[in-house]
Amino acid sequence: MFESPEAVSTRLAGVGYLVDAAAATTVFLAARLGRPLLIEGPAGVGKTELAKAVAQVTDAELIRLQCYEGLDEARALYEWNYKKQLLRIQSAGSDHDWEKTHDDIFTEEFLLARPLLTAIRRAEPTVLLIDEADKTDVEVEALLLEVLSEFQVTIPELGTIVASRRPFAVVTSNATRELSEALKRRCLYLYLDYPTSQREKEIVRSRVPEIDDALAEQLVTMVSALRGLDLKKSPSVAETIDWARTLLALGAGDLDPQVAADTLGVVLKHHSDHRKAVEALKLPAAR
Amino acid sequence: MPAAIDAEPGILDRHVAFIAALREAGLAVSVAESIDAAGAFGEVDLLHRESLRAAYAATVVKRQIHRAVFDALFDLYYPALSGDGIAAEQSSGAAEAANAPVPTSNKWDVNDPTRLRLRDDLADYLSTGDEPTGTAVARTAVAAFPVPSVTGTGRLNWSRQYVMERLSPQTLFAELIAALLDGASDATSEAIARATLDRRLERFVAMVENEVRRRVAERDGVERTAPNAKKSIDSIPLISATKKELEEIRREIQPLARRLAARLKQKQRRGSSGQLDMRHTIRESLSTGGVPVNVRYKPKRPRRMDLVVICDVSGSVAAFAHFTLLLVYALREQFTRVRTFAFVDEIDEVTGFFAPGGDPAEAVRLMGEKAKVTGVNGRTDYGVALTHFEDRWADALGRRTTLLILGDARTNYGRTEIPTLQAMVSRAHRAYWLNPEYNRMWDVGDSVAAKYAEVLPMVECRNLAQLAAFVRDLADD
Repeated sequence: MFESPEAVSTRLAGVGYLVDAAAATTVFLAARLGRPLLIEGPAGVGKTELAKAVAQVTDAELIRLQCYEGLDEARALYEWNYKKQLLRIQSAGSDHDWEKTHDDIFTEEFLLARPLLTAIRRAEPTVLLIDEADKTDVEVEALLLEVLSEFQVTIPELGTIVASRRPFAVVTSNATRELSEALKRRCLYLYLDYPTSQREKEIVRSRVPEIDDALAEQLVTMVSALRGLDLKKSPSVAETIDWARTLLALGAGDLDPQVAADTLGVVLKHHSDHRKAVEALKLPAAR
Repeated sequence: MPAAIDAEPGILDRHVAFIAALREAGLAVSVAESIDAAGAFGEVDLLHRESLRAAYAATVVKRQIHRAVFDALFDLYYPALSGDGIAAEQSSGAAEAANAPVPTSNKWDVNDPTRLRLRDDLADYLSTGDEPTGTAVARTAVAAFPVPSVTGTGRLNWSRQYVMERLSPQTLFAELIAALLDGASDATSEAIARATLDRRLERFVAMVENEVRRRVAERDGVERTAPNAKKSIDSIPLISATKKELEEIRREIQPLARRLAARLKQKQRRGSSGQLDMRHTIRESLSTGGVPVNVRYKPKRPRRMDLVVICDVSGSVAAFAHFTLLLVYALREQFTRVRTFAFVDEIDEVTGFFAPGGDPAEAVRLMGEKAKVTGVNGRTDYGVALTHFEDRWADALGRRTTLLILGDARTNYGRTEIPTLQAMVSRAHRAYWLNPEYNRMWDVGDSVAAKYAEVLPMVECRNLAQLAAFVRDLADD
């Protein structure tokens, strides 16, 4: 997929996703060693975006499994199309014997493939994104183990389906709970943290090209000062970009304290955070 | 076996030693992961140190909390340079400093040219935040300012504190802030500039620390230095942590609370096989031709408990009480009600400071300032605390209440009031005593841990890991 870590950086930068050297090396290793990549980090630093960007630069299709509490095999892996099977049995009438019907209804035709099975059966390049894996129950994690370590799925009626072409698998987690050691062991690990001010400025400028350099600089300095404050919810990169767009829409050419105080709601969404920021950065009252 | 390893037997030895050191430091590195790391070697440029670090980090460090330990050990086992190395060539200041003899006195000159030059370089780093500059300055500074050897052994030694004293970077701040402000004069810009500088300075101190550690490792050998390199945050003893460590621990509390809460919520939901939900089951059966294949149950109403926390906030154990309160209040949704009392030699209710939606850290600070917790002598007095609690708030303890007492059970040889405690415990549903001391130290000196432990279970809570385990079990059932 990639020739070197540098190739990862440049190609991802080509689609507007800027990574640092460590992240590029990790992505490169995951692709090279054929291992799933587990990405953790605070909300809104671009974990999901990274998977999307990789899909985009490698011309792969992105298959996404959004995890949530209560996700089960039937939604993640595969399911038999029960209604269709029922119709098949009824329409066959009484002249067919059971053996034949049984062989008939457990075939491809009646199989509903869900994201994991779909990703494994595809012959074209695929990026499999398992998003927010920490939201699932422990049972689903066990299910992921077979898929992510062997890239195969066992369906009792059909046998084991092995991936003809390994998908590039990305698992993201917000660390609301620890994933199991077994799952972690099979993955390469990448912790995406908030970017450095310099990198964040580049990100803002690439996402909001109309912004001028001085304003972008002020913006990222302010954001990194906010992140240093020990808030309930620190501003994410996505929120920094939103803030940049807001300032442009307001026609503010300069992020002076008054403008900052007025628009602070774009990045801080808890009242106590708001109060803390106003106090620590000595912002004036909002107009 | 990957080719890169095969070619260089030295690399393999170092790799094995490094993995062993990581395990020693508390990272559970499996054999499979160690092999993965070795496999990753073959794919990256081994001469490029940061690639090597990334390869290791991706394969053996699977929890961010371990990252700091990993980085410290990595710097020891794969140092960027040896001796004065490249840094000496790059900066003229270092070359002459490196040849300087071991100083023997503590006297130093404010106008020492090396010092002035280094301060200029440091100012450069602080105003730009450029990492390579910072590392170079840190290296040069450590080389230039070895600790004076008063014993006259002539053995070189280094210390972070000594280097920082010589550089005295705080005196650069006024000028730097003026430069960063660039004409702007409002309070906000100044606050931001100051915060930026503080962060960079903190980073610089960490660099100096790394450099000192590398130097010492080179002098004494890696194997002897590695064990003291750094501890994982959740195993630092709470009562003897430094200010910086406390800060790090505090940052760990919120994510920890979130993880605990998520786990508890899941557990509640999973164990929710209460009454049969007829309506839901029938609806569900429609998709299977009227056969109730999936039976649905009504969720069980979670049973929550009242919590009463009585904590010793005297100097010796204050940090421990703070962290426990932070954790308890971060998890407040798990309890119906939390009431908190603080004492030293007088007891006061401090529940009011922890208003919902407020910031628990702020509450802890206010509590220290405003609550009436000290009486005549200002030293912990369990006797007074327990009797006054019984006098004034006896009704706080009821059938559903869980009582937590936080303290080291050191009475300063005062009254113990065992019967009062017995009365309190007998009225509460459950009661625990959390003791932040290593249990070997219980009953040594003025500690009466054993006497109190006869009345209620006493739990050792030395570090964040133990504290988290306790709070989890507490909220679990």
